[in-house]
Parts: sequence; structure tokens; C-alpha cells
Amino acid sequence: MTYETVIGVEVHAQLRTNSKMFCGCGTTFGLSANSQTCPVCLGLPGSLPVINRTAVEMAVRAGLALNCTIAASNQFARKNYFYPDLPKGYQISQYESPICQHGWIEIRDGSGAKQIRIRRAHLEEDAGKNIHETGTGGSRVDLNRAGTPLLEIVTEPDMGSADEVVAYLKGLREILMYLAVCDGNMEEGSFRCEPNLSLRPSGQKEFGTKVELKNINSFKYVKDAVEYEIKRQTKVLNEGGKIRQETRLWNIERGETAVMRSKEEAHDYRYFPDPDLVPLKLDEEWIEAFRTSLPELPAARTKRFVSDYGLPEYDATILTASKGMADYFEACAKQFNQPKTVSNWVMGELTRELNNSGTDISASLVTPERLVSLLQMVDKETISLKVAREIFPEFYSSGKTPEQIVQEKGLTQVSDEGTLEKIIEEVLSKNPGQVVQFKEGKQQVLGFLVGQVMKASGGKANPGKVNELLKKKLG
Amino acid sequence: MEITQQDVEKVAQLARLAVTPAEKETFAKQLTQILVHVDTLNQYDTTGVEPTATVMGQVNVLREDLARPSLPSNKALANAPEREADGFVVPKILEER
Amino acid sequence: MSLHKLTLFELQKQFKAGEVTATEIVRAYFLRISQVEPKVKAFVTQAKESAFLQAETLDQKLKEWRKTKSLTGMPLAVKDNICTDGVHTTCSSRMLQNFVPPYDATVVAKLRSQEYILLGKTNLDEFAMGSSTENSAFGPSRNPWNVHCVPGGSSGGSAAAVAAEECVAALGSDTGGSIRQPAAFCGVVGLKPTYGRVSRYGLVAFASSLDQIGPITRDVSDAAFLLQAIAGHDPMDSTSVDRSVPDYMKALQKKNLKALKIGVPAEFFTEGLDPDVDQAVRAAIGELKSLGAEIKEISLPSTGAAVAVYYVIATAEASSNLARFDGVKFGFRAKETKDLLELYMKTRQEGFGPEVKRRIMLGTYVLSAGYYDAYYGKAQAVRTLVCQDFAAAFNEVDLIVTPATPTPAFKLGEKSEDPLQMYLSDIFTISVNLAGLPAIALPCGFSKTGLPIGVQLIGRAFEEETMLRAAHAYEQATQWHLKKPMIR
Repeated sequence: MTYETVIGVEVHAQLRTNSKMFCGCGTTFGLSANSQTCPVCLGLPGSLPVINRTAVEMAVRAGLALNCTIAASNQFARKNYFYPDLPKGYQISQYESPICQHGWIEIRDGSGAKQIRIRRAHLEEDAGKNIHETGTGGSRVDLNRAGTPLLEIVTEPDMGSADEVVAYLKGLREILMYLAVCDGNMEEGSFRCEPNLSLRPSGQKEFGTKVELKNINSFKYVKDAVEYEIKRQTKVLNEGGKIRQETRLWNIERGETAVMRSKEEAHDYRYFPDPDLVPLKLDEEWIEAFRTSLPELPAARTKRFVSDYGLPEYDATILTASKGMADYFEACAKQFNQPKTVSNWVMGELTRELNNSGTDISASLVTPERLVSLLQMVDKETISLKVAREIFPEFYSSGKTPEQIVQEKGLTQVSDEGTLEKIIEEVLSKNPGQVVQFKEGKQQVLGFLVGQVMKASGGKANPGKVNELLKKKLG
Repeated sequence: MEITQQDVEKVAQLARLAVTPAEKETFAKQLTQILVHVDTLNQYDTTGVEPTATVMGQVNVLREDLARPSLPSNKALANAPEREADGFVVPKILEER
Repeated sequence: MSLHKLTLFELQKQFKAGEVTATEIVRAYFLRISQVEPKVKAFVTQAKESAFLQAETLDQKLKEWRKTKSLTGMPLAVKDNICTDGVHTTCSSRMLQNFVPPYDATVVAKLRSQEYILLGKTNLDEFAMGSSTENSAFGPSRNPWNVHCVPGGSSGGSAAAVAAEECVAALGSDTGGSIRQPAAFCGVVGLKPTYGRVSRYGLVAFASSLDQIGPITRDVSDAAFLLQAIAGHDPMDSTSVDRSVPDYMKALQKKNLKALKIGVPAEFFTEGLDPDVDQAVRAAIGELKSLGAEIKEISLPSTGAAVAVYYVIATAEASSNLARFDGVKFGFRAKETKDLLELYMKTRQEGFGPEVKRRIMLGTYVLSAGYYDAYYGKAQAVRTLVCQDFAAAFNEVDLIVTPATPTPAFKLGEKSEDPLQMYLSDIFTISVNLAGLPAIALPCGFSKTGLPIGVQLIGRAFEEETMLRAAHAYEQATQWHLKKPMIR
């Protein structure tokens, strides 16, 4: 029997606000336990929530970028359940009236483009953290994170493979980071994803039984966990077994999913409108103002990089994967009208150095201006491409000008005809066969000879000049 | 509406409230009595009537996104029934949400 | 005259004139408390030490520079469900017996900024759930007019303390009548402001959409005075309304009630109304008429639904509001529990009293899957009808007058076995909370057994001034408020 995989994804994205969703506590990650709390986020008796305006605005911007309809009227609701990291015994969330609904994003993988529908995106508050070891064998609760604003983004079950899930998540994360509403940090839990997955016999309409996957904090684990789960379910079904509706945790060490100890009872969250908060009414004009002020999003920018700069789609996709890199590229391209050359340098040398030093492109010592100055030197043949590449690590880390480095290293390009002719003579005498071939009309041999000259000059020879002199010499 | 002892048990579980057999019986009786009275609401025709959740009709009460100082952690933890280091302590959590 | 006999307004005048020091006031009040408190049991916590300290500091400060604020040196009591930084706030529950808030409720911060003196925290029905204070985990308070009777509830401790002259005035909270009913039972003035007029921040929530803090005082002008001190928008409470606060004392100046239309709803004068109450309230209506008001019969047809609507909405909200009492972050925790689930179940079983449990059960039930629409949804829709009734009535009249309670204070234990009967005793006050309107209860006579009777005036939203004006004119014309109980 062959099965079709049906996958939907829930993402919890922490919004990058200065303060929490309903109180003025900060949202810094990694502070000492319970040092970022107040009566409101501790759930102390008598305290009351007040909605963070920026969180609402961020949700609206994200919703618009995800092609959602923004609800003109929406209300916060209480989701009631008991858990130690939930200080009030309920989570303030949205139930019947989520702020964003019915959107979609386009994903691309090997097989082309596909639309993934967004069912809803709603605002809610994060829970604290339970730390599962104490000296006395209990658990410890840290409420620093409690009350951090979250946007929960839920798709329709539109994905059919692990690759599609990863493509969706990468696309979504890029968008949220482009909008600067989420920092996208998966390890710190700012961008958490929970795929849910079911199998059905190919051709069948009804969905199979759904399993939720949790504890996945990297794209690699997403892929591994989903692929593992597809195999597991296929095996169970092929052996005539039944899939149980459950939540399974991804076990990184073992590389498998395992069922989580779950509550016996069915969930009954007893949602009702939070009487401590009044409804949000978002008027059309206000929403439109956000729509027009949205930045260009990754997908549109990729297309523009192809059409405006004539870049290959591969380059355009990589350059637009982060807003910082795309901005950097454009800053260079504005000053140096050879987009593909810029692209090669940004994706190649620059990215390598940034990765090595763990630096964000926005903090790069090599500013667009400096990179352009280097590229111009190559263009003007002051230095060869080879030399430029050679000096790049020092250029990157030292802050010196290319000229300084070239001079210090004695790498200035040799354009003096006398010196070059001498080298050319030598090369020609060592390669008589190629000289004959060229004279018989094999033009491509020229390239070989140029290369030999460059090599003999230690890379310092001006390749243009060499070309010109060689042609003259060979008649 | 008749509330059975099974109903009471189910609701008590949801509300995380242990009940004795005697309480189960009393609650079943009293809740039934109260809900019988509540059922008189069905005499009121509410077709097309909007529910009232907030009476003063305010909307868009929002605060600016400004961080202000939190409580010092010793104050945050001052009322904890059990604490260790900077955390509230509970029995080992075995089940996830 | 003994200091404890003065009204807030009178005491403040003497104090401002420098005729009495804060320390003398505090001393006089703790003397009074020591005399009557054993019989009345109005307080959960007496803040004797801090009160004297505060008084001495104030006196010292005033020696150097005599500049007073509106409540400087005024000895008040605060209901024990209102958070006071550094002072126990128990809600009369075992659950919060040892809870000390690290912050002040907004109303308390306002009083503090006006230099009041906190005498203590007053008793209430546990978490404000009840109409008699019998549901206090620390024992019931008594009615100063007859200590075998309840003082009403849930702000019974505040009303009893004011009636017994154990404080000059007090704060209470009113969710379904919890200020007005005990005020009526104890023969004092109780005012529930418009929902949103006073901040709820720091009031331990019972039913968030109904709760409102208000003053309990010896007379109407004290109520106006204290309301002035606590009213106003609070950015910490999203449901508090951003609207300027009028000068309530000024509103009292107009003595006649000409051009004022007052409605009498037929639904409030039906069977079950105690004959003494009926008679006293009708006499009060007559008095209002003779002061110049035009009396009009009106109808509030959904009145009969109010108790049912209330007990669905209030308990639903309460079941959620009280979920935070789980033995993790604060408050009581059951001993020797084997796991987390048992910790929750036992903590809540042992920490809450029977009435609180009953309401949590009811509220959880009406919100649970399959019943939400039939109960909570229906109740919210009928709540709309109750609001519409009042809106229609206020098209015709400026104020509504009703009895505050169907009977005078009942005996301790009389209704504690029958929750529905107890709930129905709130029938005249509840609909006001459902509609968020302001209302005031004030003395209008006595029963044949010598217990006080209260009349209730209901105003339009944010028209506390009109209500206070009529109440004040009536009070000045009748003088019921000058009668004081013999406590024995």
C-alpha cells in the first residue's frame, strides 16, 4: 500500500517587543531566574493585563505579509488549564476571533512553487519555563519568559514532505525576520515549530489520525523528525496497526520520536472572552497604512534581483535569504555596476569570513564602501583578481585599505611591458606545441598561455596586458 | 438540568479540586438546584441579541511598548510556598502540556 | 465629643484646624476597637503598629510645615481583598492566610498619596463570595445593631466597622451588592461606582466584569468625599474608563430635587419583600417626592433573570480568576502530596471553603464543553436585555429608587445551608452590577425588631453626582443616619 503524507504546522514566534504582552517587564533571554517578573506576569492576585500596542502592530504586519485578512474586531480569550509554568491558571490567547486569518505563502523546492495556506495567526502570551531538576528531586519554575508576546501561526494541512515543511518554515522565518517582528532564533526558542502529521492511503479523501511533533529546535531536526515519523507510521500501517492520536517528542540523541506522557483526560480549555481586556477594533485605514509601509519581502525581492540585476535565481535566493545580506548587496551594486561580480564576492569571500568570525553582516568591518573599493581596484587592474582574493582575509580583519596591504606584501600588479615581455618569452619557449596550435587557429590555447604567464609572475601580472602582449607576439 | 455525581467528579477534575464522597453528593444536589433556577433564563427570548461581555463599550485600550523595572527576584519569590535558589519548586513534572 | 463619633468630613475639619493630632486620632480609634471588636469582629488584620508609626510621622512632618492633603491622618479600613503593600491580604481565605502583596492596589496607592492611615483590613466572605461574611475562613463578623444577626456581605467587615465606629470610613468591593447590602444591613451608606470609574488594579478579582471598589461611610457627603479620592482612570486597568472626575462634593450643594425624575420599578415591590422594608422604602419615595422630585412608575421586565444571569457569569469568571491559587507561586500549599496533580487537587480542596468551591464548580461547569452556549452564552445575551431595560428606563427618568434588600439583616446561620436562598437575597442589587451602573444604599428606617433598612438609588452610568445629590437631600431631610447602634 502506498500512503500520502499530510502535514500541517504550528509555529510560535516570539515578537521582538521591548516589554511583555500585558505588562512592562522586559523580554531579555537568559537572565537569572524570576528576575524579569512583576505582579502581572507572576499572576499575583489583583493584578491586571494591559495590551502592548507594538505587539498588536507586529501581528498585523506579519498577518499582512502572510497575505492574511486582518480581523476588524478581535478579542482576547482565556484558555484555562493548570500547569506550573502558567502563573494565572489560564493563558490569555485568542480563540474565536484571531487577529489574522486565511493567508498563504509561496514555497519553492526542487519541484517548483507551491502555496501553503495559513489558517490563522493569533496573539497570545508565552508561558514560563519548567526546569526539570532540583536538589530535592522536584522541578523548578522560572517565570521570566511568562507573558512574552507570541504570534501563533497555524497552516492548513498543505504540506506533503519533510522538504516542504522545511521550505515553509524557512520561508516563514525569513518573512518574520524581514519584518523585524521576530529574531528567528530557534535555539533560544524565539521560533518554535510543531508539525502535525498523518498518513492516508493514496487517493483516499479522509484524513488519517494526526500525530503532533514537539521539541524540534532546528531545521535539520524538523527534517529528521518528520522523515522518521513518516517511516514509523508507514510501518505501523503496513503491519496492520493503528495510529494513535498523540503528541510525540523528538529525541535528538536517539534520532527518533517517542510518545510523550499525556494527560488521560481530553482537553477542555473552557475558552471565554477575557473580561479584563476590551476588544480591539482595527479600522480599515489603519490596517492599510501598515500594508503600504510593509518592506519588500523575500519572495518579491528575489524576483527583482533576477529581473533588475540579471542575477541567476540561485544567487538571488541566497542573497535575499536575510534582509541584512540583501541590503548589503544592493548597497554595493549601487556603487559598482557589475551585480554578478558583487554577488560572487558577497556569497563567496565575504560570507566565508563572516561565518568564520561569527559576525553578522550588519556588523561587518568590510562595509559596502570598502568592498566596492576593492572591486574597483580589480576592475581597474590595479590588482589581479587572484591577489584580491588572497588579501581578502586581511582586508576583512584589519581594516586596512587594499593599497596598504598590497604594498606591504609587494603584490602590486605588474603592468610594465618590459617585465611582462620577458616572462612571456620564457613561457612561449617552454610551450612550443601550444604556440603551433594557436597559429593553426586554435584560439582557446590563448587562455592557457595567459594562465601560464600569470603563474610565472606569481599572480602579479596584469592579465589584460598579458593578453594584449601575447596576441601581439603570436601575430 | 440534573447534575450527577459523575458530572461533579468530572468538573472537579477540570477545576483541580479534590472532593469527598459527601461533597460529591451535596454539590450534585446544590448545583442541580441552582441550574434549575438558571434554566428559567430560557423564558427570555434572546434571538438576535448580542451578548454583553463588557458594559462600557470601550475598545483599543493599549499601552506603549516601554519596559520598566521588574520586581527584584527575592520579592517575586517572597510568597512562594517552596523555593530553591531563584525558582519556585513543585513536585517533579512528568507530564507535558 | 469622642473622636470616633465624628464623620470623615468633621474629623478632617478638626484635623486641618490643628485641633487634634493624627496620633490622638489613631489612639482614639484603637481604644474604640479594643472595646467593640470582640463583639463585632470586623477586622481580619489590625495594623496597629504601622498606624501609630504613620500617625507619628505625619504629626512630626506637620509640626515643621502644616500642609495637609485631603485624607491626611484619616483612619480608614480597607476590605481584605484589596492589596496593601507589605500588609497581609487574605481575602478571608485559608488560601491566602499568609499572603503579603509586594504592591499596592491603585486605590490604596491613591489613599496613601493623600496620607490616609490604614487601621486594618476588614473581614469578608471568602473571596467576596457571599452575602453574610459567614463564609470567612476566620469566622463571621457581627451586625453592630444585633450581634446575632449578620452584617451582610461580602463587605460585612467594612460595613460593621463603620457602623460600630471602628474606623471613620472604609473601602468595600461590590460584585452583586457586596457594598450596598451590608451597608443597608448595618445602617450606613454604601456606594458602588459606575463600572470603570474606580480602578480594579489590586482588587483580588472575583468576577472581573462586575467587580467595583467603593466607599462605605457614615453619611452621603463622606461617600462623595471618599469617592473623590479613589475615582479616576488607571492605565493599569484596561476596563477603567478615561473620563474626567467631577467634583462630587459640589454636587451635594443643591438641596432640592426639582426637575428630577425618579423611577419606581414595579418588579422590585413584589411578594417576598418584607413589609417593614416595603413601608420604609415607600416612605422614602414619599420624602423624595416632597423634596421636589417627580416620581414615575417604570418597568424593568428582565429583573427576574438577574440572579440567574449573575450566577452564571460571576461563577464562570470566578472559576478562571481563582485558578491561580494552585499552591505554586503564593499562598497555601497542601502538605505531603505525591505528585503535581495531587498538589493541585489537595491544595485547592484544603485552601478553599465550601462556598468558593461551589462557585468554582458551577463556573467550571457552565464553561465546559457542550454547556457554554446553553449557559454562558445565554446568560450574556440575557445580560444584554437587563442593560436594555435600564437604558429604556433612563430615557424616562434620571434615577431609579428601590429597596436595597428584600429583608433586614437575617440571623447567623439562617441561610447558610441553602445557597439558592442566599443568592436570591441579592435580587435587588445584582442587576445594577450586570449593567455596570452606579448605585448607593443609605439608611431609610428601621424594622420593628430595630434593624436598619436601606433604600437604593440607581443612576445613569457616570452620573454619580445626580445620585449623590438626591441621596444627600434625602439624608438631610430625614436624619436616619444619625442613629447609632448600642453594641452588646
